Amino acid sequence: MSLPRWLLLPAGLAVAFVALPLLGLLVRVPFADVPTLLSSRSSLDALGLSLLTCLIATAISLLIGLPLALVLARSDGRLAGVVRTLVTIPMVLPPVVAGLALLITFGRRGVLGAPLSVLGIEVGFTTIAVVMAQVFVAMPFLITSVEGAVRASGSGYEGAAATLGASPTHALRRVTIPLLAPSIASGAALTFARALGEFGATITFAGSLQGTTRTLPLEIYMLRELDTDSALALSLVLIVVAGLTVAVTGWFSRRTVRRGIS
Amino acid sequence: MTQEHGLWARGTRALGGMLALTVALGGCAAGPAASSPTRAEKQTVTVFAAASLTAAFTEIAELDPNLEVRYTFDGSPTLVDQIKGGAPADVLATADQATMTKALDAQLVQPDPTMFATNVGVLIVPQGNPGGITGLDASLDGKKLVMCAPAVPCGAVAVNLAKEAGVTLKPVSEEQKVTDVRGKVASGEADAGIVFSTDAKAAGDVVETLELAGAANHATRYPISPVTASQNQAAAQAFIDLVTSAKGRAVLTEYGFGTP
Repeated sequence: MSLPRWLLLPAGLAVAFVALPLLGLLVRVPFADVPTLLSSRSSLDALGLSLLTCLIATAISLLIGLPLALVLARSDGRLAGVVRTLVTIPMVLPPVVAGLALLITFGRRGVLGAPLSVLGIEVGFTTIAVVMAQVFVAMPFLITSVEGAVRASGSGYEGAAATLGASPTHALRRVTIPLLAPSIASGAALTFARALGEFGATITFAGSLQGTTRTLPLEIYMLRELDTDSALALSLVLIVVAGLTVAVTGWFSRRTVRRGIS
Repeated sequence: MTQEHGLWARGTRALGGMLALTVALGGCAAGPAASSPTRAEKQTVTVFAAASLTAAFTEIAELDPNLEVRYTFDGSPTLVDQIKGGAPADVLATADQATMTKALDAQLVQPDPTMFATNVGVLIVPQGNPGGITGLDASLDGKKLVMCAPAVPCGAVAVNLAKEAGVTLKPVSEEQKVTDVRGKVASGEADAGIVFSTDAKAAGDVVETLELAGAANHATRYPISPVTASQNQAAAQAFIDLVTSAKGRAVLTEYGFGTP
């Protein structure tokens, strides 16, 4: 099948629109100074904090989001529909609204936060608040991508395992999870990337303090007007990590497709 | 048919109205010199102002019916950064001289800015003072203090006040905007925050204000200046004149600003 040639013009415009700002940023990055800029105390703190919180957020998403994805993929009731809509909302919610929602709920005077505060548990301004914001906005990416993969793969292999006497848990561990490994990996990568970029909910809910709540995007936000070079160097880190994540995701999903065909 | 005719007539009238409006707007765009003094000309001016000026400037804009003011309120360094990036501003008003100096050094604004207001730092606590804060002292130990990042004017003032009080501040968060500090105290999320006295006043009853010793020694002065790249210098100057007029000063005083 051949496409009409004129499609190349709008397609090229689309590429330019996305690529130009990235190139524009790369042109301005002071590459020679990047190692020095990145080794400042505050940059290292922000990098370390971002990596730590994003890994924890991804682990939590796998721990609770993966089971939800499996449950949703095997349910078609009205309740499942409601839950599916609910868990998708954070994906399209403006991050500031997400932060406000978390603050109103878990803040010191929040619906759940107030009773917790009485018990001496306060999450506001802590690293836990950063992780909560990240899980809230990023976990839906894992849930939706894994659920889609489970639905696409069907339940034939599990059925076969069950007829051969495997218990549901055994079938899940030995058949379902290995089959889904590529899509789980790509879902986790997406979740990690989204958590890494999380900004609005964090600044609204967790605040901004070096080493505790000031993640990479918050550090860039703070530096961009004081020290543009450092902000650009940190932006470069985020772009590289995002690029790698998307590449890994793409590699895994191509593998899935090939496996599906063979 | 009649109805169709009616519709057509109405459509023509609307179109005529639009044309008239376009002509009128065109007349405005031609500049103040070209317009006749009898017709009230509406000038549009885009003002980038420090977040602490939000309430006062919004009211000042209403003083002159011929001036249509469009505002961006944000932290002063953010505003300078945006203008550096080509944001279409006509006037810049910052919350301290240091930030304005950055704009001056980059030749983003006209030289010799006008000082139009002063402001002092205060400590605010949520209504009822649940943390039992008494000032910049030991009562802050183990409590949640929020302030501005030291690079933001309200943060610089906070650092100076702490020095004056001889204490080291351990904030739980360093915000980018003074209004974010106030928000976190007003919501009760923080036990105390350092803001400008005007911000404390604007928050009303939801916060309690503690005056700080030596605050007057560390007052910040607000400069205002036309943006160099503005194509709208006359309107920019008109706005600055309005702010520094007797009426403008009255509004600033009402919101808690001092006179420079």
